[in-house]
Amino acid sequence: MFRGALWLLAGRGYVGRGLSTRSGGSTPDWTEKVSEIKKKIQSALPGGPWDPLYDTSHLPPEHSDVVIVGGGVLGLSVAYWLKRLEKPRGAIKVLVVDRDHTYSQASTGLSVGGIRQQFSLPENIQLSLFSVDFLRNINEYLAVVDDPPLDVQFNPSGYLLLASEKGAAIMESNVKVQRQEGAKVCLMSPEQLQNKFPWINTDGVALASYGFITSSSRMQTSSGKEMTLKRIHEVHVKMDHSLEYQPVECALVINAAGAWSGQVAELAGIGKGPPGTLEGTKLPVEPRKRYVYFWHCPEGPGLETPFMADTSGAYFRREGLGHNYLGGCSPTEEEEPDPGNLEVDHDFFQDKVWPHLAHRVPAFQSLKVRSAWAGYYDYNTFDQNGVVGPHPLVVNMYFATGFSGHGLQQAPAVGRAVAEMVLEGQFQTINLSSLLFSRFYLGEKVEERNII
Amino acid sequence: MGETTWRTETPVQQPASTARHSLHLVAPIWNLGTSGIRGLSSAVTPEGNQRKGRMLLQFLTDRFYDVEALRGYLFQKQVSKVHKENRSSTGIKKQYGPYIAGAYFVLKQGGAVKFQGKEWIRSTEHGYSPLQLLSFQAVPIEAVDASDCAINYEGLDNLLALKELQSLLLQRCPHVDDWCLSRLHQLANSLQELSLAGCPRISERGLACLHHLQNLRRLDISDLPAVSNPGLTQILVEEMLPRCEVLGAEWAQGLKLGPEEQSRDTASPIPA
Repeated sequence: MFRGALWLLAGRGYVGRGLSTRSGGSTPDWTEKVSEIKKKIQSALPGGPWDPLYDTSHLPPEHSDVVIVGGGVLGLSVAYWLKRLEKPRGAIKVLVVDRDHTYSQASTGLSVGGIRQQFSLPENIQLSLFSVDFLRNINEYLAVVDDPPLDVQFNPSGYLLLASEKGAAIMESNVKVQRQEGAKVCLMSPEQLQNKFPWINTDGVALASYGFITSSSRMQTSSGKEMTLKRIHEVHVKMDHSLEYQPVECALVINAAGAWSGQVAELAGIGKGPPGTLEGTKLPVEPRKRYVYFWHCPEGPGLETPFMADTSGAYFRREGLGHNYLGGCSPTEEEEPDPGNLEVDHDFFQDKVWPHLAHRVPAFQSLKVRSAWAGYYDYNTFDQNGVVGPHPLVVNMYFATGFSGHGLQQAPAVGRAVAEMVLEGQFQTINLSSLLFSRFYLGEKVEERNII
Repeated sequence: MGETTWRTETPVQQPASTARHSLHLVAPIWNLGTSGIRGLSSAVTPEGNQRKGRMLLQFLTDRFYDVEALRGYLFQKQVSKVHKENRSSTGIKKQYGPYIAGAYFVLKQGGAVKFQGKEWIRSTEHGYSPLQLLSFQAVPIEAVDASDCAINYEGLDNLLALKELQSLLLQRCPHVDDWCLSRLHQLANSLQELSLAGCPRISERGLACLHHLQNLRRLDISDLPAVSNPGLTQILVEEMLPRCEVLGAEWAQGLKLGPEEQSRDTASPIPA
């Protein structure tokens, strides 16, 4: 009877319109109105998200098992692995929240995109090895049945690190650790380097380590003071450009907010307490601005150019077939630019990056900068290595942040580690217990000697 | 999910009639979309019935979880089939040595092997049996023809152990991609001839890894559909490997000739 009434209304409206106006625009209006009416009826009928007062389909749900704050590569990686490793299908509801869906300031999209296994910490090497394995087999993990296969556009040209006299001993010991963990690295003297890459000027280079892209996935296989444990019950998700917010009740919160993880942690009350105590230990992750420059050099190194990191800290890689290169340099502590905005300082390139590049690769003496951009490192001021795992006091906040410039390369493996921590309670495949939050309170620095 | 473009897709049951059709048979996964593969699918036009079947399947997948799960399961089965074929036989390697293991692997996949001083052995030949390999225990392999085989990154382990390999033919292999090329540096001392013609997954980024192969004298990179700019890539590869003869796209491919040069086109020498 209801349906009949609807048809009658619609039919009468159609006939009425048809008689009065014979323009072509009348029929679309009618179909729009019908679809609007259908939508309203559907929201009132059982089965949909029913709210008699207003339509909340644009807001996040009211309940979710895990809320991941931060939708960059680490947040999405944790979300993927949580769904992939959950035992019964559909067991966990995961909500990923990001404050900017255009990712205009997110470090993920602005990164230079290098991946290497030449670290000094064994955990870092293992993370990179698995991440390369993930990228290689990305179609097994992420392919959708009817879509074309994914192409990551990966350049397996290897990673070349140069060391001067001072750094040569450190590089040798690093290479030993890397080989032990299974990475394929080859050490070269300046003569061998000159033979292999004739466009390099080996002045000042004592040793070079060239890392082939290896892919492997190995299994690997502890004060009677009173502490108050806290729990996060709700996450208030505020919508863009409006005063609406949705309190999402959740069991776990994962802080993958990148450069802004410190602020998110403060919202949860981490660091509010007398300094020197566990309550007063803040999450030492803050945004640091880094510049990336894109230039063109017609006489530059050829197709075989690896990702090269110079002794001075300047690095570059080739992009595409057209003699275009991307690169930059990390500033020293005194020269740190203000992270308030993402404005690019072109003088930095002239004074600090170009001289080193031109010294190392004479062909770069004549180059033309095409464009430049700036992005944030989620810089861990304590020891420049990531923070993974739960917070000791705020029991349901997990961290997956602070990777200071090597987050993108380790994201798949870190996502898996955090998902294992959430689902099983401990790390199953790669043991990252040295990267837990408690090291900030205990003062145990886990230093990485190869930070670019 | 309103707009889904209906792509020309080749179904699994197509008989292998020509070399190009066999490519589709071996790698149906990679031919579900034609966006990355140019030129190969244009030669194959599916009939009306098959196209309608594909459209119906896609319609059902979009709307029913069961159909989606079933198709996902079949997809995973195809992937694991390729993995199974590329298992490395460590038992054979330990007992008979790397040459026999490598030869057994290649012949199992359907390729051909040439031991030093002997003739080519093909698995499809009349009278071939794996036991005749046992007589060649200490003889190194000098050439491998793995064309049209389903060899992938893991399977390459067997070939990388052959330290005296001089010629490697990987034509039209559907699973050989840039990552596989990045492993070939282990054969740099001995490899003199390499052919990658017709591999659908190799792009110019993989070709950049070939610069480690300094002893290479002949390289064939013709007909690589995933390479974005064949002429320019050929020039860059020739620069990268100065002592190597690179066969492939003519460098003038894609360039538009002016009117007065068109008449001279047939007479101009094209580098082979």
